[in-house]
Amino acid sequence: MSALKKLAILSAAFGLLAATSGGALAQKKYDPGASDTEIKIGNIMPYSGPASAYGVIAKTEEAYFKKINAEGGINGRKINFISYDDAYSPPKTVEQARKLVESDEALIVFNPLGTPPNTAIQKYLNSKKVPQLFVATGATKWNDPKSFPWTMGWQPNYQSETQIYAKYILKNKPDAKIGILYQNDDYGKDYLKGFKDGLGAKAASMIVLEESYEVSEPTIDSHIVKLKASGADVFINITTPKFAAQAIKKNAEIGWKPLHFLNNVSASIGSVMKPAGFENAQDIISSNYLKDTSDPEWKNDPGMKAFDEFLAKYYPEANRIDSFVMYGYTVAQGLVHVLKASGDNLTRENVMKQAASIKGLEIGSLLPGIKVNTSATDFAPISAVQLQKFKGETWERFGEVIDAEVGG
Amino acid sequence: MSAVEEVTSEAPAVEAVPKRAMTLGYGTSLVVLGLLIIAPMFLKNFFVFQMTMLLIYALAVLALNILTGGSGQFSLGQSAFYAVGAYTSAILMEHMGVNYALTLPIAGIICFGFGFLFGQPALRLSGIYLALATFALAVAMPQLLKLGFFEHWTGGVQGLVVTKPDAPFGLPISQDRWLYYFTLVIAIGIYVASVNLLRSRSGRAFMAIRDNEIAASAMGVDVALYKTLAFGVSAGITGVAGGLGAIAVQFVAPDGYTITLAISLFLGMVVGGVGWLPGSIVGSAFIIFVPNIAEHISKGLSGAVFGVLLFLVIFLVPHGARQVAIVAQQLIGKLKK
Repeated sequence: MSALKKLAILSAAFGLLAATSGGALAQKKYDPGASDTEIKIGNIMPYSGPASAYGVIAKTEEAYFKKINAEGGINGRKINFISYDDAYSPPKTVEQARKLVESDEALIVFNPLGTPPNTAIQKYLNSKKVPQLFVATGATKWNDPKSFPWTMGWQPNYQSETQIYAKYILKNKPDAKIGILYQNDDYGKDYLKGFKDGLGAKAASMIVLEESYEVSEPTIDSHIVKLKASGADVFINITTPKFAAQAIKKNAEIGWKPLHFLNNVSASIGSVMKPAGFENAQDIISSNYLKDTSDPEWKNDPGMKAFDEFLAKYYPEANRIDSFVMYGYTVAQGLVHVLKASGDNLTRENVMKQAASIKGLEIGSLLPGIKVNTSATDFAPISAVQLQKFKGETWERFGEVIDAEVGG
Repeated sequence: MSAVEEVTSEAPAVEAVPKRAMTLGYGTSLVVLGLLIIAPMFLKNFFVFQMTMLLIYALAVLALNILTGGSGQFSLGQSAFYAVGAYTSAILMEHMGVNYALTLPIAGIICFGFGFLFGQPALRLSGIYLALATFALAVAMPQLLKLGFFEHWTGGVQGLVVTKPDAPFGLPISQDRWLYYFTLVIAIGIYVASVNLLRSRSGRAFMAIRDNEIAASAMGVDVALYKTLAFGVSAGITGVAGGLGAIAVQFVAPDGYTITLAISLFLGMVVGGVGWLPGSIVGSAFIIFVPNIAEHISKGLSGAVFGVLLFLVIFLVPHGARQVAIVAQQLIGKLKK
């Protein structure tokens, strides 16, 4: 409570300050990590270990900040991006976060990846009043400004996504027999919870089978066979890309043709649909908020062209169809927006305040109609998605952009 | 894995270490102790935290050292005992409001029991087979912690957040420093007890089993009892380390206690010198700091750089820190002359 009050008083004070002093006369204010010449941004990413595929995100961010620096920096200040490896192990994350805050004195910790690692440092960063900005996880709990005023999410959260699927099923197929396959970890369970909440009281009667698999399993074929045998005619596929491709392939192989919902995590055409075979992936329903880099629809899109220019100049070794590249590119732009808005007042309070007052920010890599919005009570920057159906070799978006917010 | 195989497939699994060579001389011990007490007063909180982790991992390595260096049994399952200790402390603190200091002996006792029970079937296995059985334990543990059945207590995949204790009696030191000295006292206590254990009748029994099981049983050593006892003691100390780790990190989650941790501890023991207890802290320093150094050299290839550094250590000083210590001792001896 006292932290919140302090924040309120401080932001009131800043408001007063902004009102009384003109732009040119605005006093320069700095917290550790910011100066006239640079802004230190900390980051923690699994470069090694089981989740090392995500390391691409920070590499893309680094490349993007290189671009910003080459173009003159942010209000004349260069971004100094310090990124450490935690191998997806929470104790290591704590060590690295403390190193960033106490030894490197970074202004903020930006986009650390994974639910367990972020949970491990949330309390620490909030007690130190260091922004834990735009965390790279879709867990629902990050949108909780009351208890954690220094932590903010970024992407649409998992629960809201499956709630949208649940609502779609209730509306279009109320007599569905649902089979669910999910990964047995925080990500899978969060999705599952959202889906059940979305079905509400009907969950018990509609779900015929819940199957879970471990991320260490080499193949999930046996689970698919079991799901088919359960007689389900709707398949909720909560799997990561490798397994998603396996599932789609296996479905075709054993001739199981349910109404297939695929989570957004695995909606990439390049890394899931193509390896699984386009003919096997027809009519799958998913949702997205980012433009798919392998979707021909965006060939002449200005946002996609800017992305390609950036890759060609600053990150030529990137795998363009890797959805994590697009992710890192987008979230880095979100941070640049916040830092620009913070102007010469580079205190942690002000950065957090600016992050919590983004209004209708459009980023070229987001789907048309999806904007970044935050407020003092809404710490979920991107909360809208659009449903899409796979047709031919591309996703066909249908229906409205749906805003489904779930609080933490 | 091949390193393990090589070590274990040779006839004497562990080189016989005479019991006096297992410890440091008094003078050196006092110098090390002095450094450990004084250093944190001049360091930033972050480094104090790192030193706390250093002591905690040193305890876990020490536990493995008693098992392997003392009784000659291998374990790749220490991460499982560490996890049980960590979860015991975390659950007691967060769900039952038990004082953090009291959770440690409970964690130790539970892990002792767990290790002792696991030691029973493990009796029938030796060498690489035992290593594999314990390996299975380490692989299974994170999944067991995720089970829905325990979820109310363990927090499932989300883990449990632990509250960090303040210094008691209103002492004017930070949480980190307090926790460091608290850990230091426990670590010294366990170290002294371990040294005494290995010098005692039980310790001699451990070593007799390590050197030659048949001869030991011929001398009247109850091989089965002492082997399981070694497992129990090792697991118990690891459990205390796990509990301390949970308090220092303020968070427990299945992802923190994977097989990687077990291998790191094993690595720490080999680098520190198998059977040389003071080496535990050197081994612990290796597994904490060398990955950071490797990352500093190359982010993308940190794993490969770590591998090269490890290879160099094993190649140049196969007996780990113990070998370095012996060479240093000889050099000092020469200088004195």
